[in-house]
Amino acid sequence: MIRRLLLAVSVVCLGGCMEVEQVSNAQKQAGQTVRRDTNPWNNEPLAAGPKWNKGDRTSWEEQIKKRQLAQHEHRRIYQ
Amino acid sequence: MARMKFLCDAERCIECNGCVTACKNENEVPWGVNRRRVVTINDGVIGAEKSISVACMHCSDAPCMAVCPVDCFYKTADGVVLHDKDLCIGCGYCFYACPFGAPQFPQAGAFGLRGKMDKCTFCAGGPEEDKSEAEFKKYGRNRLAEGKLPACAEMCSTKALLGGDGDVIADIYRERVARRGSKGAEAWGWGSAYGQPPKGAGGAAPGVAPSSPAGGKS
Repeated sequence: MIRRLLLAVSVVCLGGCMEVEQVSNAQKQAGQTVRRDTNPWNNEPLAAGPKWNKGDRTSWEEQIKKRQLAQHEHRRIYQ
Repeated sequence: MARMKFLCDAERCIECNGCVTACKNENEVPWGVNRRRVVTINDGVIGAEKSISVACMHCSDAPCMAVCPVDCFYKTADGVVLHDKDLCIGCGYCFYACPFGAPQFPQAGAFGLRGKMDKCTFCAGGPEEDKSEAEFKKYGRNRLAEGKLPACAEMCSTKALLGGDGDVIADIYRERVARRGSKGAEAWGWGSAYGQPPKGAGGAAPGVAPSSPAGGKS
């Protein structure tokens, strides 16, 4: 009886030596961990500076495009 | 949808380092870290010296992002590649992966101390609250949130360095090359990059670097 009891206890204890499966089936997706940045068009425009409607991506992109075209001296100077 | 890129015109860059200074000043970049630098080849060789301003190119398929073991990189809706310094472990994998040498590591201490990675943010800050003090201290100014373009491009005196939506700046560059006329297609490096032989085969075409002096300086 005692021998059987010891055998059962040892089997249970040996169960603790088993290794848990640590392989993940999900492949790493780069760029998925950080998710807390806000978009620039969700900011209030500065009092003195370029203007757009807060939260409106299109208006922000339009004003930034104007700013990009200001780098084009042929258009800036001759037109 | 905008995809933010830099484009540097080697025909116009005069190695003034104004872009480097503008970046340092705008973002209060610490000593030893250069988010942007001017690379010159054939230094001192008349007619063959060319400079180009280099920083993070905000790659569409960024290798730094692919190799980062803690996945601290992310891409904004405008295609700007940014990273989270709270997650970065300073391992340096991104430095080895980047073909432009953009990731920088502060080395202020002894014994090769390597801090958290720092790189060009396209003046778009980081994951902290926009325009906050924490964002400025970790990543520098968030000019995009102010409706502005990166300081380096806006400060460039010769407008060699263009910054903005890839389509828009490519149009500017294309029109500029067309207006340059004969210097357009024979612009330095153009033939070797696109496999077009220079005019007058046998001799070096105007603006094409001689093959012998190939020294580099950064």
